[in-house]
Amino acid sequence: MSYIYLRRRLLNAFNLTISVLATIFGLFWLVWLLWTLLSNGLPWLNLQVFTQITPPPGSAGGLSNAIVGSLIMTAIGVALGTPVGILAGTYLSEFGRASRLAPIVRFVNDILLSAPSIIIGVFVYEVMVVRMGHFSAWAGSFALSLIMLPVVVRTTENMLRLVPDSMREAAAALGAPQWKVITMVVYRAARAGMLTGVMLGLARISGETAPLLFTALNNQFASTNLSQPIANLPVVIFQFAMSPYDDWHHLAWAGALLITFTILILNILARILLRTRKTSQ
Amino acid sequence: MTEIALEQPATVGDPSKILRRGARLDSLFRGATRVTAMLVFLAVLSILIMLVIGASPALEKFGFGFLFSTAWNPVTEDFGALVAIFGTLVTSAIALLIAVPVSFGIAIFITQLAPEWLKRPIGTAIELLAAIPSIIYGMWGLFVLAPLFADHAQPWITEHLGEWPVIGALFQGPPMGIGMFTAGLILAIMIIPFIAAVMRDVFEVVPPVLKESAYGLGATTWEVVWNIVLPYTRVGVVGGIMLGLGRALGETMAVTFVIGNAQQISPSLFMPGSTISSALANEFNEAVGEMYTSSLVALGLILFIITFIVLALARLLLMRLSEREGTHS
Repeated sequence: MSYIYLRRRLLNAFNLTISVLATIFGLFWLVWLLWTLLSNGLPWLNLQVFTQITPPPGSAGGLSNAIVGSLIMTAIGVALGTPVGILAGTYLSEFGRASRLAPIVRFVNDILLSAPSIIIGVFVYEVMVVRMGHFSAWAGSFALSLIMLPVVVRTTENMLRLVPDSMREAAAALGAPQWKVITMVVYRAARAGMLTGVMLGLARISGETAPLLFTALNNQFASTNLSQPIANLPVVIFQFAMSPYDDWHHLAWAGALLITFTILILNILARILLRTRKTSQ
Repeated sequence: MTEIALEQPATVGDPSKILRRGARLDSLFRGATRVTAMLVFLAVLSILIMLVIGASPALEKFGFGFLFSTAWNPVTEDFGALVAIFGTLVTSAIALLIAVPVSFGIAIFITQLAPEWLKRPIGTAIELLAAIPSIIYGMWGLFVLAPLFADHAQPWITEHLGEWPVIGALFQGPPMGIGMFTAGLILAIMIIPFIAAVMRDVFEVVPPVLKESAYGLGATTWEVVWNIVLPYTRVGVVGGIMLGLGRALGETMAVTFVIGNAQQISPSLFMPGSTISSALANEFNEAVGEMYTSSLVALGLILFIITFIVLALARLLLMRLSEREGTHS
């Protein structure tokens, strides 16, 4: 009897130790990755990176055109994806509760959310790049907005559902039409959550590389022409990292550090925003 | 949230007019949200249609044989998908083999063991693994992990496991560091946060009374997890694993960096290979000729269909769990 008891205790201790080790295993990679980024990127992250354009191999330069290109495309992606995402999320949460369309859209949105981003790149290549005849910043922005869209739809719907129905009913009882109830009561109550969705979407598209390979391509020079190929951080990092030149590697690491910490900060801010909202209720 | 700014009501103007205006704006607003919801649906539908159109020349020429042909020759325009499908499945399988037990351990730690103050920071840190862009994983894999692996781990593994019957063949080859195993390992790290998050969430829906009854009977923590929590959440756990699998199948940049991009099927996990997404990332821009491009799009279509099926299954399983949860409460 005591032997069985001991065995159960030992098995328990053993498995729980493994569980702790698994957690350490997971955290270990995060620390290692961030440490690699800091130690390889920080020495090369200087003012030049922000002021000069991408150099040919062997000469000094920075990433300014790539940073500008990324900012432009991300901004357009957010500007396209956010309103559509918020309206679609509103439909799912407010109007589509009993409709047959809503479950289909919800399911399809989940598919889009997890669809490989390179497929989105191929799609945009087929519909925009082939038709226009050349790569362009527009195509890149459109691909990014398609990746952002499902994130915004999902969080908007979830956040709007958290708003208690009694608030909607109270507003309706005062005679407010439904659009007013939604825009002035429901949106206002769920504001922080919806902003979180936009920030998570922004964080997601800031580092996306695969869909830009066939859409925005890259540009050695500073360009803000939206119908031409445009330089952008992820593709520049990819190209520079794959190259055999040391100074390109350095710039790639600096860019990688820049991108990763921007995204981590966005993610952490989004979480803080969501938490303050939850505790204030 | 306290101040609800309604316009000055009925005293201004004709009440019926205001009502009609409200109703008009209502239907406008409802229409707009409905159209955008349809847009989401249309987006996915048109992705599928465009892929089918783009792939049709290749599919017409090669037929079903495309799926089973190992050819990939741009010069003779003879293409097949088997190498890429093989690489995709093998790397994803390696990723799951590593990620599932680790995620399970993490979920147990967060839900059953960690003190309250530690739960959130650890959960957030694991989730941040998912926020790091895949290109960063790729760079790190190529410049940091692969050299270390080639110098230290790989010779040892080849020496000790390479001699074993049957499975020995999996671990042979020159220590290059890059290859299918490295790609699978990086994929595992990338999908751990997704699987762990789902497992953690479903573990938390287990009614405390079930666990308490088991503890009351003298069960150890492990026995509670294995005999109570896991059976109760089985469907959800499988759903989470499928979600992670969906991610692993489609992951592009990280794999492209470390898989070696060789069009070959090799029994050894240490040899370079190619996945559907890495073939697309590497070759799509350079593809000349209709058949080459079309074959790559066909690869994309296959990937989209595989991930679609996996994700649909994942959703179905997770939905079943939440339905059951609904009937319990």
